[in-house]
Amino acid sequence: MRSVRIGNAAGFWGDDLDAPANLLRAAPDLQYLTLDYLAEVSMSILAGQMQRDPAAGFARDFLDVMQSLTPLLRDGQRVRIVTNAGGLNPIACATACGGILASAGCRKFSIVVVQGDDVLGQIRARCESEKFAHLETGQPISTVADRLVTANAYLGAEPIADALRGGADIVITGRVADPSLTVGPAMAEFGWKSDDYQRIAGATVAGHLIECGTQATGGISTDWLEIPDPAHIGFPIAEVFEDGSCVITKPAGTGGRVSEQTIKEQLVYEIGDPAAYLSPDATVSFLSLAVKEQGPDRVRVSGALGKPPPTHFKVSATYRAGYRATSLITIFGGDAIAKARKCGQIVLQRLSEAGFAPQRSNVEYIGDSPQVMLRISVADERRAVVERFRRMIAPLITAGPQGVTGYADVPRPEVREVFGYWPTLIPRDRVGQIVFVWGRE
Amino acid sequence: MTRLGDIAYARSGDKGAGANIGVVARKESDYALLKRVLTSDAVARFFEDLRPAKVTRYELPNLWALNFVLSEILDGGGSVSLRLDAQGKTLGQRLLEMRIDQSGESHG
Repeated sequence: MRSVRIGNAAGFWGDDLDAPANLLRAAPDLQYLTLDYLAEVSMSILAGQMQRDPAAGFARDFLDVMQSLTPLLRDGQRVRIVTNAGGLNPIACATACGGILASAGCRKFSIVVVQGDDVLGQIRARCESEKFAHLETGQPISTVADRLVTANAYLGAEPIADALRGGADIVITGRVADPSLTVGPAMAEFGWKSDDYQRIAGATVAGHLIECGTQATGGISTDWLEIPDPAHIGFPIAEVFEDGSCVITKPAGTGGRVSEQTIKEQLVYEIGDPAAYLSPDATVSFLSLAVKEQGPDRVRVSGALGKPPPTHFKVSATYRAGYRATSLITIFGGDAIAKARKCGQIVLQRLSEAGFAPQRSNVEYIGDSPQVMLRISVADERRAVVERFRRMIAPLITAGPQGVTGYADVPRPEVREVFGYWPTLIPRDRVGQIVFVWGRE
Repeated sequence: MTRLGDIAYARSGDKGAGANIGVVARKESDYALLKRVLTSDAVARFFEDLRPAKVTRYELPNLWALNFVLSEILDGGGSVSLRLDAQGKTLGQRLLEMRIDQSGESHG
């Protein structure tokens, strides 16, 4: 049976920058490389960057990765790259990527951009007449409308598949469902129609398994201490077959492990009802999956059941929700816990007495006597409250209990903006998907 | 008395302000015990201090696994939660420390 080899070498923004080049060196026959950069609130961070610089707003790590790949691409490595690094500004991302390839003297690569996920304008315009209810609380979005920062629909695999069928070497998207980065290449490779839910379900499972990179190859495994050579942990490769089943593996000679256990662990990661895993490409049941070890670091996953996807796209919206700061100090002593508790009380009491009682606070104790780390967090819509809090930790060095230390690393906690997360739905037909070749708009 | 981690492995993560924990029996023969011990009530009691609004259990017998969805357990989740573990990454490890006896009783 025909198969296509799809790897993942970035599971999140901040993942190992050397991983893509290492994976391509170890697996020169890899056909597709997927790179995932967007977590739920990543878009709000990108919005802040784009506000300061209109040419920003995408995952800059991707540019470092492209730079590291140019020697391989110049030597004729034939891999096609699919990434959501575009974030809020896929065009700027494509422009920067094209610049890197050109100045490295790489032959002409076709970069295709997928857009249309940004629905912020639409939600702002319609939030008086429509609820866009929060999926967990049921609240209408009008309650935060004036504070909205981003709103992006999770697009599916179809525009990615279109881009690849059109000859794209590199596909740069904004928000798409993570598994769709894998489903797109499989659809393009095998010519699946978008209503071939059975096969698409299988590829969705493959995408779900590799989307978090090394989490499929022994990373965060319950038995992590027994994973071989974790310093050189390999990134995952899905061999997706024409019938939608897959084998998950990793390059020979790398560390980590692909076993029945590491695959089952990742199958259950961040899922809800296993009978209805929702993606924009299909609704997938995990209840008929079979997981079978086929050889060293090779696990076959088959039997996914697919039904039509929901009639709506999921939307991730973010909104400004004030400020926060977290302090960390270490307290040593036989009764370190009691001392830490009292320190926490004192800080919050002093803050209140100064007229800056925070709207929310949380005090945690990490460890146990004789060594405890005291972690105090406060959050408030008023920045001044959080600013005041950050100046109240250092005085404990001289006024607090004997045995306070560790403050040199965090003398004054940083004030950070809080972004609330607003998951909601939008009808599919109201989201226009745009696919175009960069440089030929 | 056995530690849950001796007969099962787990993985947890966030879903908005909620979290899920997947628990998988190491051997097929222990799956029945897992189902008996890890009721949604037992898991809700075990995580009482984190105040989940609701615990829903799903069964995946084909994987010898149970999936627990603990809604609103992350105190807002994402960047809103002030907790050290705002993403629910530790919940699986914590649950694996649950003590169980072979008769199927769990002990917080």
